[in-house]
Amino acid sequence: MFDKEYDVIVVGAGHAGGEAAAVSANMGASTLLVTMNLETIGQMSCNPAMGGIAKGQIVREIDALGGLSGIVSDKSAIQFKMLNKSKGPAMWSPRTQNDRMRFSEEWRLQLEAIPLLDFYQEMVSGLIVENGKAVGVRTSLGIEIRSKSVVLTNGTFLNGLIHIGDKQFGGGRAGERASTGITGQLVELGFESGRMKTGTPPRVDGRSLDYSKMEPQPGDVDTSKFSYSNLTSSLKQQRDCHMTYTSPEVHNLLREGFDRSPMFNGRIQSLGPRYCPSIEDKIDRFADKDRHQLFVEPEGWNTCEVYVNGFSTSLPEDVQFKALRSVVGFEKVKFFRPGYAIEYDYFPPTQLKHTLETKLVDGLYFAGQINGTTGYEEAASQGLMAGINAVRKIREEEPFILKRDEAYIGVLVDDLITKGTEEPYRMFTSRAEYRTLLRQDNADLRLTPRAVDLGIITDEALKRVDRKATESEKMVQFLRDTSYDFKEMNNLLVAKGSKEVTQNDKLFKVFSRPQIDLEDIKTISQVKTYLEDNDLDNDILEQVEVHVKYAGYIAKEKDNADKLHRLENVKIPPNYDFKSIKSLSFEAREKLTKIQPVTVSQASRISGVSPSDISVLLVHMGR
Amino acid sequence: MYKNDTIVALATPAGTGAIAVIRLSGPDAHVIAGAIFVPAFAKAEPTPSQETYNHLGANTVTLGHIYDENRVIDEVLLTKFVAPRSYTGEHVVEISCHGSIYIQQEVIAVCLKKGARMAQAGEFTLQAFLNAKMDLSQAEAVADLIASESETAHQIAIQQMRGGFSGELKDLRSQLLNFASLIELELDFSEEDVAFANRDDLRKLLSTSQQTLRKLIDSFALGNVLKTGIPVAIVGEPNVGKSTLLNALLNEDKAIVSDIAGTTRDAIEDEINIEGVRFRLIDTAGIRETTDAIEGMGIERSYAKAEQSKLVLYLLDATQLNTSPRIMHCLLRIQLMREKFPDKPLVVILNKLDQITGLEHAEITKQISTKSPDTILISLSAKSRTGVEELKTALVQSFNSGALSQDESIVSNARHYDALQQAYSSLIEVQEGIENDISSEFLAIDIRATAESLGIITGEITNDELLGNIFSQFCIGK
Repeated sequence: MFDKEYDVIVVGAGHAGGEAAAVSANMGASTLLVTMNLETIGQMSCNPAMGGIAKGQIVREIDALGGLSGIVSDKSAIQFKMLNKSKGPAMWSPRTQNDRMRFSEEWRLQLEAIPLLDFYQEMVSGLIVENGKAVGVRTSLGIEIRSKSVVLTNGTFLNGLIHIGDKQFGGGRAGERASTGITGQLVELGFESGRMKTGTPPRVDGRSLDYSKMEPQPGDVDTSKFSYSNLTSSLKQQRDCHMTYTSPEVHNLLREGFDRSPMFNGRIQSLGPRYCPSIEDKIDRFADKDRHQLFVEPEGWNTCEVYVNGFSTSLPEDVQFKALRSVVGFEKVKFFRPGYAIEYDYFPPTQLKHTLETKLVDGLYFAGQINGTTGYEEAASQGLMAGINAVRKIREEEPFILKRDEAYIGVLVDDLITKGTEEPYRMFTSRAEYRTLLRQDNADLRLTPRAVDLGIITDEALKRVDRKATESEKMVQFLRDTSYDFKEMNNLLVAKGSKEVTQNDKLFKVFSRPQIDLEDIKTISQVKTYLEDNDLDNDILEQVEVHVKYAGYIAKEKDNADKLHRLENVKIPPNYDFKSIKSLSFEAREKLTKIQPVTVSQASRISGVSPSDISVLLVHMGR
Repeated sequence: MYKNDTIVALATPAGTGAIAVIRLSGPDAHVIAGAIFVPAFAKAEPTPSQETYNHLGANTVTLGHIYDENRVIDEVLLTKFVAPRSYTGEHVVEISCHGSIYIQQEVIAVCLKKGARMAQAGEFTLQAFLNAKMDLSQAEAVADLIASESETAHQIAIQQMRGGFSGELKDLRSQLLNFASLIELELDFSEEDVAFANRDDLRKLLSTSQQTLRKLIDSFALGNVLKTGIPVAIVGEPNVGKSTLLNALLNEDKAIVSDIAGTTRDAIEDEINIEGVRFRLIDTAGIRETTDAIEGMGIERSYAKAEQSKLVLYLLDATQLNTSPRIMHCLLRIQLMREKFPDKPLVVILNKLDQITGLEHAEITKQISTKSPDTILISLSAKSRTGVEELKTALVQSFNSGALSQDESIVSNARHYDALQQAYSSLIEVQEGIENDISSEFLAIDIRATAESLGIITGEITNDELLGNIFSQFCIGK
């Protein structure tokens, strides 16, 4: 059935697998996507939403690099919100609510439109490894498919074990089989594996809810979107989410089930994410809080299925049901599916290189939850990076690695392989030292030229990015060079409660005041004329505003990032014998040997490596 | 260590010597030197001038003075090296000053004030290596040096973390961690159902952190006292054996001793290290009514020295206390010393124990302890060196009990001082940011800078720690 050798085989068709397969095929590599179920491509296993704080920036980065998550999200969105709008531009974070079934369908359609991509449905039960190199996969039917590299994106399926109360059964998602075989083989090959845990709330029948008792949570009035391309458009119509609260009564009902909770009776040993606790965890750890928010999120345009965000639980289904029925608006609730917790295998990501290729097996790449991460966005970005690097390796091209000051994706990968993770890893803006540079508004300026070089996107996209860059610079220069008439300006300043000016001066100066925004400055005659002469898109005007208002902070952060680059340029040769450097502390020698950092900068981020160890390393690297 | 800025440190071995060399290296070395140095030939100028400095030739030595604003610190020889022709390959200035630890610290402090950064262990050598001033075969030697020096520095730092210092730092660290957490909470978890700190709370937290920092920075002066030795004055009437006691403590014949009362006309100083604590012992001229003008000046100086010291050893001659009136008279003198130096711990020493009988000794101690019960009394014989160890123990104890430091927190390491200063100025920027109501992600830039500076002493605050702190305090997660 498979007589040809593929360039890349991607195992798993979730967010990571989808991106890996798409980019690989789009770069011209013959690619096979193998999944246990072709009906569940691009599933939203948890909440029906994409983006959010730090995650929205990642989606925009994926889009700027030619990935599909942004396009799929836009096309299936039912609500759009720009979070953190009251903060500075580095914090603005786009988020969509999505139609779960449309999202999945859109993924499949996008993938099917890629000529070099083949599909096959079966469980992969093992890898073919020859001479330390991954050269294909073996399926549960015993079929061998050969390839030059393999990308594993198994999600929660590896030995997945689902818990609901005191019941437990194997499965990768509710109603789906777990995948077995791969972990054992990898451990035999010398990989270290671990267990992680995550959970999901019940899905309920929207027709059984009383929305009049809840607060509506509408989307933005001015909607935007993820994709920089013109392949998608922003929403005209939206669906509301709703909010309600738990109560002490609900908490008491939940507590009644604690003795049957796998979280509390010790059946689940593995670590779950602290930022995504189950409802039982919340009332246990924050006992003084008498209510918790619940977000009631529609699962689509037309379906009546509803996701109860904030009620993730692995308590027995009868306890879930009883407790939820005492939540305001949920008095008559009917369940579609109960919430559950799931444990699965992962491989500590310190076993990977920056390309997401394993250090142990050549041509084998890991992406997504198999690396101990959580979140669709985190998974998708890893899939993209693994796919790009798998293809580049086959072609004997330089690895494609993003630095910490270039992209959230760079921070994500570097954190994973340098520090590893104890709990499911989620991105936060605070993980990025240079977040002022990593904004959702400039991901295309940062990354699209790179994607064009990689051959993922056409030159057309580059033209748009170039125009954005030159037009915004031009207008900033115009604001620097052009003076206002102080009488006209004072009318505006008085209206805005800003200090009046006494003489004509440059527009830039007034625009940089916090009280004056783009809409205000547009009313000044010179600006009005400039905008009439130059037809500028909103994203260009947004760039102008960011550059006028935050120039100082951006410069400061760039300066900090340049300091990082000095160490980033000091490379450490592969397989370097750290143990031979006696001047290094014992702990540093151990850690460095384990992680095998490729630059001194990376070495400096390993816990247990001190500044004096870094000096010693610098000396040995001969500057 | 890899930052491209100007570094300063002592280039000669630590401690007192005839002269000390302080080295500045980096792009701003000449700017900093120009701001603190007035050549002797330009005496007419009251303050340093960059223009005058710039006229000094490359690789020349110039006599002149180091200034801290209008105050002269020392007369020095300054050697100017222009990059790349220097030890490190960068601009270098070497200042040869007088060897006292106080002067060394002052010169380094003024360089820090003008923008230099305290060099890390082995950093000059590292720079030299990086600028190809050394060949690769020397690399291992340099690496060993860095490792060993930082080990020593680490041990010193640990030693300094005794008592209040470590407590204050711990507080400071947790204040900073809390502050940063509250800021990050607003940014990363703005969608969560938690109460965000209002600006007033942040201001309060900021101001406590600033106070803690300020306190630590101000303690640097006191810390210097520790580093240069805790001054201990030995006072008493002539010929009670002050110089003999000094020699006994030092185990050498430093002071001239004789049986002729008033041999010591001037104060003699030396340092002694007891169980890791450095004391500067000051032998003073005997205090008595005198008509001799020179001896009178010596007595004046004795009082002045005792005034500068942290602890006073008041020495008595046991052989002179053979009658009750004499003991009464001596109690009056002790009372007088107490009144003269009310803030200083006083240790009364009964010397010449070898020349009295046990019975006499018992009588004297009984009288003193009943009439003046607060007196710390130590009996010894400086000449036969019995009881000297007990005195040493008493000195260390008075230090460990905290009796010698008015302030709990002591920063005595110039590198720590530098880090605290940098942290402080970053915190000031955070404060300005809050006043201008800037968005919190910009505040975070300066908070991060503060944490990085403090990381040198307290250990770095990592993102993981920040998130951990948030998760433990707030119920995060839908």
